[in-house]
Amino acid sequence: MAIVHEFNYFKPSSIDEAIELLNEYGAKARVLSGGTDLVVRIKDGFETPDAVIDIKGLEELKTLEFKDNKLIVGSLVTFNELIDNETVKEKFPLLWESAKTVASMGIRNRATMAGNICSAVPSLDSGPALLLYEATVVVKGKDGERRIPIEEWFLGPRKTALKEGELVEYIEIPLPQKKHAGCYVKLGRYNGEDLAQVGVGVLALSGNEYRVAFCAVGPKPTRAKKIESLLNGKELSDSLIEEAKKLVEEEISPITDIRATKEYRMHMAKVMLDRALKAAVGRLNGKGPDYGTRLI
Amino acid sequence: MERVPITGQGSYRRIKMEKKTITFTLNGEKRTIEVEPNDILLEVLRTKLGITAPKYGCGRGDCGTCTVLLDGKSVRSCLILAIEVDGHEITTLEGLSKDKLTPLQESFIEHSSFQCGFCAPGMIMSATELLQKNPHPTEEEVKEAISGNLCRCTGYVSIIEAILDASKKY
Repeated sequence: MAIVHEFNYFKPSSIDEAIELLNEYGAKARVLSGGTDLVVRIKDGFETPDAVIDIKGLEELKTLEFKDNKLIVGSLVTFNELIDNETVKEKFPLLWESAKTVASMGIRNRATMAGNICSAVPSLDSGPALLLYEATVVVKGKDGERRIPIEEWFLGPRKTALKEGELVEYIEIPLPQKKHAGCYVKLGRYNGEDLAQVGVGVLALSGNEYRVAFCAVGPKPTRAKKIESLLNGKELSDSLIEEAKKLVEEEISPITDIRATKEYRMHMAKVMLDRALKAAVGRLNGKGPDYGTRLI
Repeated sequence: MERVPITGQGSYRRIKMEKKTITFTLNGEKRTIEVEPNDILLEVLRTKLGITAPKYGCGRGDCGTCTVLLDGKSVRSCLILAIEVDGHEITTLEGLSKDKLTPLQESFIEHSSFQCGFCAPGMIMSATELLQKNPHPTEEEVKEAISGNLCRCTGYVSIIEAILDASKKY
């Protein structure tokens, strides 16, 4: 299908030039990086920009580095670049495992994590990991930089705290101070390309500290604070997991859509929480399944 | 940077698109062509440059039959604007088999890995990238690499066998 909508294409050579264009076109500007979401939405007529601003010429946004105990993921870093990075795999295994579940090879070669959080669909696979590592999104507008904690980033389906005229520069992910292990379990109908019907992320830190987050079962990805406070300070046991599963109904609000019913999502969220908790704690103790193993 | 005028109002509102001349390497040859900002790479390849191996399937990145290599990496040409590839390198199935078939393509023939053949160009491009990155993949890794390529005849087994067999020749 050809694109019927007409627009102009800009490829700025500096961040300031990109921001100038974004401000000039305002609501009629769209940022293009991988295009795996934007191009589909322009084809479908959901997006009708006058200006498509391709930021792939901005070298500064390609940064992927670990320094001062923080991982800097530039807004042009693709999912495959994250997956192929040894530091990400070693120090941020939950981020790595989540990235592995995104779409397929050919999409991950183009799609970026920043694009994923800017699209902000409820099922985004980056959501749980970024919430659990307590990432910060750094954006730049004509008045300078803003730092937005990821908890405040997602406002609803396809709605974020990014304002008109602003550009995401990078995502900053602090390394947890304690030894940690994680697990992201994604339920899809098939491998490759499918969106999550349910996504559950768990980060287990030494000293019986737990962080839990869900995606695809509410308007935005969320931390499950009630489950976390139940678990914190306790050794994981079958009875504790049963208690945690009961709390799932208070934490999520799944809907019925083309991919699954809300009842199925609710049921699976509990099963997946069970498996993710066990796998994360197992990995923390050096026993769990390898990262990337499918648990569902 | 030049700005472009907008004419008309309401549903007559139109932006005047500016054509651009792009130059990129297509299967080893420099090509220069004029494109509109909203031209899709797949369509430019098929209708303007005579490259018909990448197919139009779903048009939204789900089926993988439009897969080409962009600077050596597999991408969905239905989700890329032609204007984006200015200065880059595109390889299609035509470019792989310029002199003779690759061992992977031979293997597809040996294993009769085609039924209708519609998915084959995309499958071969994805598998080519896999074997370049990882010459001796496991069956799981092969499945992962082609998980974004759908075979509408569901002939996956012979495709996976062909890729695994070809990997022994690298």
